Amino acid sequence: MARDFDFPGGIHPPQRKQASAQEPLRQAPLPSRVVLPLKQHTGAPAEPCVIPGQRVRTGECIAIAQGMISANIHASISGEIRSLEEHAVPHPSGGKAPCLIIDGDGQDEWQRLPSLDWHQTDRDALVERLQQAGVVGLGGATFPTQIKTCSRDDHSIDTLIVNAAECEPYITADDLTLRTYAPDVVEGAGLMALLCGAKRIVIGIEDDKPEALAALEAHLHGTDIGNQVDVPIELTVISTRYPSGGEKQLVKRLLNREVPSRGLPIDVGVLCHNPGTLRAAIRAVRDGEPLVSRIITLTGAALHQPGNIEARLGTPMHALLAQAGWHEAAVSRLVMGGPLMGFELSQADLPVVKASNCLIAATTEELPAQPPEQPCIRCGACETACPAGLLPQQLYWHTRSHDHDKAELFNLFDCIECGACDFVCPSHIPLAQYFRAAKDSIRFRHHEARKAEHARHRFELRQARTEREAAEKEARRQARAAAVKRKSRDRSAGERHETTLDTSQATGGDDVKTLRIAQAAAKAAVRKAEKALARASETGDGDIEDLEVQLATAQENLKATESRLEAARGTQENAQ
Amino acid sequence: MSLMHASQTAARQASDSGRLMGWVITATLPGIVMLTWHFGWGVITNVLLAAVMGVGLETLVLRLRRRPVATTLSDNSALVTGILLGASLPPASPWWLLLVGMTMAIVVTKQLFGGLGHNPFNPAMAGYALLLVSFPVDMTQWAAPHGPFGAQAPGVIDTLAHVVGMTPQDAADTWTGATALDAFRNKPEMLMASEFWASSPLPEGTLAAWYSVSLAWLAGGLLLLYKRIIDWHIPVALIGSLIVAATLLYAIDPSHYGSPLFHLLGGATLFGAFFIATDPVSAATSRRGKLLYGAGIGLLIMVIRTTGAYPDAVAFAVLLMNFSVPFIDYYTQPRAYGHSRPRRGIKPKIDHDEESS
Repeated sequence: MARDFDFPGGIHPPQRKQASAQEPLRQAPLPSRVVLPLKQHTGAPAEPCVIPGQRVRTGECIAIAQGMISANIHASISGEIRSLEEHAVPHPSGGKAPCLIIDGDGQDEWQRLPSLDWHQTDRDALVERLQQAGVVGLGGATFPTQIKTCSRDDHSIDTLIVNAAECEPYITADDLTLRTYAPDVVEGAGLMALLCGAKRIVIGIEDDKPEALAALEAHLHGTDIGNQVDVPIELTVISTRYPSGGEKQLVKRLLNREVPSRGLPIDVGVLCHNPGTLRAAIRAVRDGEPLVSRIITLTGAALHQPGNIEARLGTPMHALLAQAGWHEAAVSRLVMGGPLMGFELSQADLPVVKASNCLIAATTEELPAQPPEQPCIRCGACETACPAGLLPQQLYWHTRSHDHDKAELFNLFDCIECGACDFVCPSHIPLAQYFRAAKDSIRFRHHEARKAEHARHRFELRQARTEREAAEKEARRQARAAAVKRKSRDRSAGERHETTLDTSQATGGDDVKTLRIAQAAAKAAVRKAEKALARASETGDGDIEDLEVQLATAQENLKATESRLEAARGTQENAQ
Repeated sequence: MSLMHASQTAARQASDSGRLMGWVITATLPGIVMLTWHFGWGVITNVLLAAVMGVGLETLVLRLRRRPVATTLSDNSALVTGILLGASLPPASPWWLLLVGMTMAIVVTKQLFGGLGHNPFNPAMAGYALLLVSFPVDMTQWAAPHGPFGAQAPGVIDTLAHVVGMTPQDAADTWTGATALDAFRNKPEMLMASEFWASSPLPEGTLAAWYSVSLAWLAGGLLLLYKRIIDWHIPVALIGSLIVAATLLYAIDPSHYGSPLFHLLGGATLFGAFFIATDPVSAATSRRGKLLYGAGIGLLIMVIRTTGAYPDAVAFAVLLMNFSVPFIDYYTQPRAYGHSRPRRGIKPKIDHDEESS
């Protein structure tokens, strides 16, 4: 069963999963107050649709998705909306963000959506349901799930991967999800396969989760699986190695396909979903339950009872940690996510959000402070560890000297920021942090450059328009002048045959010729701009608005040359 | 940013720059012991003096540059440079020779370029090359293999006297001789190699001494490989290309060229392969690049030894390949995930705007 295709590099950090994996999944008690940030997902923040003082039930939508990439937020307990205010949120920056705060009534009164039979419902309704229910990727990236399913329209997808690798140390949330809710996850996978048109489902799981594997096998060998899921399901066990759970790495290991640089798994016909997401999706469709809770791993040596807990979104972290018996004084670092890709929290009075897959209350011995950074000696340990086949020591060299062009030449944008290089670096250099910062500044620079370019294009359009108006005005003036001249000539035709030559007459022929060349060039420019615009609107990439501005500019220029040409011709005829 | 770190978790690899260099120092011990065993106390004075000078000079420059002294010294790299240069200079070198060499190595080659990690050239070899070019007489007087306790060998006191420059030159001449490579290079043209060796051109046991020293460096190198302090790529490529080149030359004209074994063990080849060329700072980065880099050094060693003016060639070969490292690095990038082929060299950026206007 264990086919091993491989990605380069990878590391074997201490797993430290036993502590939280031993305990069965627990349910967190209902919190008396929840804090729900309006942005718990990738994309634009949701817009509140409730007012303070309004009574809400569990599952009621309280903030509506804005724009293409965004997600709805639902009340995770029943009660009264207390306020919309800035509250500290779990984010690497440690800042505050607008949150809706609900005071609970302890009733947990639900408002569910009608349940759907996903075999009988049409695809659009199912996709809409995922959107309504605010389902996002629960592995940590929190990308709105329904958008992923819509990618079917542009790509043909043959395989749905259930990413159950969970390769980062400490985290066992997916492990427990599979052990407890294997049927839900499998059914969710069936639903997603239907939505994206996949012909098969591949479940990729690391070999350090025997119980989850057993639960999956037991369910897959059950009799009713055929009625539930229409496509074949393969279970593939891979050896434990970080970062096998990285989307691109997992695609390589399971299917031996490589996602192209700057591409997504859909570019090679694959869609990846996390088990938690699949469970949330099937609950949204089958049970009509929006995403109001998630499974979170509570672990670290400062907890007496580490384990996994299903908690309502918005529950304060300190409440969960208190239930897990935290020894607050012993906590040296509180980390959300794993120790390699997660980030440190400055306090515990933060709400659980859709991205919170793990909380590590670590003691000093467990995760000691980062030793001081020393110079890079180019030992190459990072190169050996890099799962993307990069040369982190070269990237470091160039990013540190802000030589972004060189950094891009060494494929900076193929870095997945997994932190494997940080882990092995003997000089304790936070490499991934450098790379992330460099990427941000390059993106920002590109963005600025584009903005400046667009501004220039708009300016050019304005200039072209005034020029065209001036040319037209001039053409009209010349036409009038010619008409007057013709009249006076007609009148004096009998008296004098020779007319004094206008200055323009001598150059008239040349003028027309030059202008005809200019007109041809302007026509070509219009055609080129039209083509660029057509191509952009066909493929969907490129800035359509900017291209429209460019086309308009070209058209203005064409009109201006045309009227100039006409005027010149008029003068020429007049002269003859 | 990873909050977990290999150096804080149990792993076979030494995962801290200071500890890494510590292992390099440990690995030089067999070579230094064997050198001392054959060539006397002068090796120890060389190594100790150079190491002390290395740390002293590094401290001095760090002070001048207003950089943290203690944390920087804890990377042990100045110590390593001192030990390596000390081990490559003729035993019982006078103090001023060591000082000039170490100043070139630590101050000019390393610190003036920005300190550890920023030097394009191998510090120890830059120091060695400067000395070889500037003081050829002092640099080619190698100790005769009398051992530390031999009847003709200078004692500790004599050695120290020589180091501080209190020994008259003719006294020193009694216990110095040529190296095996030097002797072979100066072999009369008409003499066949076999005849040359039969004429015992060197003091008793010189060749055996060089062979055993090389094997001691090999032992240290294997320790570094086992501890994963160094990768196999550079030593293997270096030794491989040297053997191939030496074998070819030997096959063409065995009377004129030394045997592959002589070239492998008779000089500083193995020392260079495991301790000098593997300096990661000045070496190529990618695995493929390391292979090219090592092979280039091996080839250059043979070229310089057979056609150059100097007896041994490790320093020049390494420095020349240091020059070509940026070039090698641009052309040996590994294929990154998601790319159909690896990137090669630097492509000029085409400005689409200028193209269209």
